[in-house]
Amino acid sequence: MTAELLWILVSAMVVNNFTLYYFLGLCPFMGVSGKVETAVRMGAANIFVLTITSISVWILNTYILAAAPYLRLISFIVVIASTVQIVEMAIKKISPALFRALGIYLPLITTNCAILGYALFNTNKGYGFFEGLAFAWGAGLGLTLALVLMASIRESTELIEVPEVVKGNALVFLIAGCLSLAFMGFAGLLSST
Amino acid sequence: MRITTPHQDFTRGIWRENPVLIQMLGLCPALAVTNTVANSIAMGLATFFVLIGSSLLVSLSKRFIPNEVRISTFILIIATFVTIADMSLEAVVPDIHKALGAFIALIVVNCMILGRQEAFASKRPVGRSLLDALGTGVGFIIAMLMMGTVREVLGNGTILGFSVFGSNYEPWVIFILPPGGFFTIGFILLGLNYVQSRRKPKQLVAELTGDGKAGRAA
Repeated sequence: MTAELLWILVSAMVVNNFTLYYFLGLCPFMGVSGKVETAVRMGAANIFVLTITSISVWILNTYILAAAPYLRLISFIVVIASTVQIVEMAIKKISPALFRALGIYLPLITTNCAILGYALFNTNKGYGFFEGLAFAWGAGLGLTLALVLMASIRESTELIEVPEVVKGNALVFLIAGCLSLAFMGFAGLLSST
Repeated sequence: MRITTPHQDFTRGIWRENPVLIQMLGLCPALAVTNTVANSIAMGLATFFVLIGSSLLVSLSKRFIPNEVRISTFILIIATFVTIADMSLEAVVPDIHKALGAFIALIVVNCMILGRQEAFASKRPVGRSLLDALGTGVGFIIAMLMMGTVREVLGNGTILGFSVFGSNYEPWVIFILPPGGFFTIGFILLGLNYVQSRRKPKQLVAELTGDGKAGRAA
């Protein structure tokens, strides 16, 4: 059981990394990967929301959506939007310091495709409660890993001289391509088990 | 708010403010499902349908949507159209529906669609919103086709399943795998930057020689 959960976590984190393999959560990947510090915060906010989403999705799938599968998409998005809203209000009340640290990233998570993507993949794979939680943490850690890697590469390439035409988004995409290429190496883990 | 003509509303989204290549919106589908031309077309058309449907509905009902809950309302309207598109695709082209998988449902969180509702459809008359949605949708399809063609030709040696290079071609498999998506859009942006950088000096010369109007129009 524990080994299985660990495997779900590792495979979601590196083998099928959400950002570099499924292209989910690209907006924050492009937008807030300029500095390592903000990248870490964004990753933490994502892990937090993914955990709560995983619990809500499990409740929805077990008690409601079995009777009405065509409502899946609509109910997921409503739940995610309201969860983010509630979490935002709760954090503001309980820990203003954390709220300030997360800043604009918290509300933006609503339209982050990684969260809805997680909910849909979770449903398609038919995970239970604990498996879903492991998957959520794997996905969140994977997002954080990709963001932090990208941010540290960008920080160190900032002062490098590149041709004028490569500057900006083109360079970021090419670096992301190389990262994604490197992460494909982890696919070897799949066959070894 | 800028005053625009209907013609500008339509053409703006197609190229000059292309949602994917210039504004960097809706990147997830543009990278994830463009490994073949057929998938790109299906995804482009599904997004086109959702964009037009929700722009129309949002623009029609903008008077009844309270300002505080407008984003949630937009998302609900979009989710309804995505559900329709999802079910229709499953009924009409089950193979492609299977290949696209969860990415059809993920149209809901395509920031391009929500962006058009918030920036345009919720403030303008129905006709203009429809034109804007048409232009942006066409721009999205163009970007998807560019990505899909490059990736299928290089990664598989085919277009829509028809062989391009003959049987001697050794497919460049990396282009239909995830890293290929990043590389393709990286090189397309690089090309656009190059064109832009060649155009700039020309514009400057045109403006300096007193032909300012033509320079700005270009």
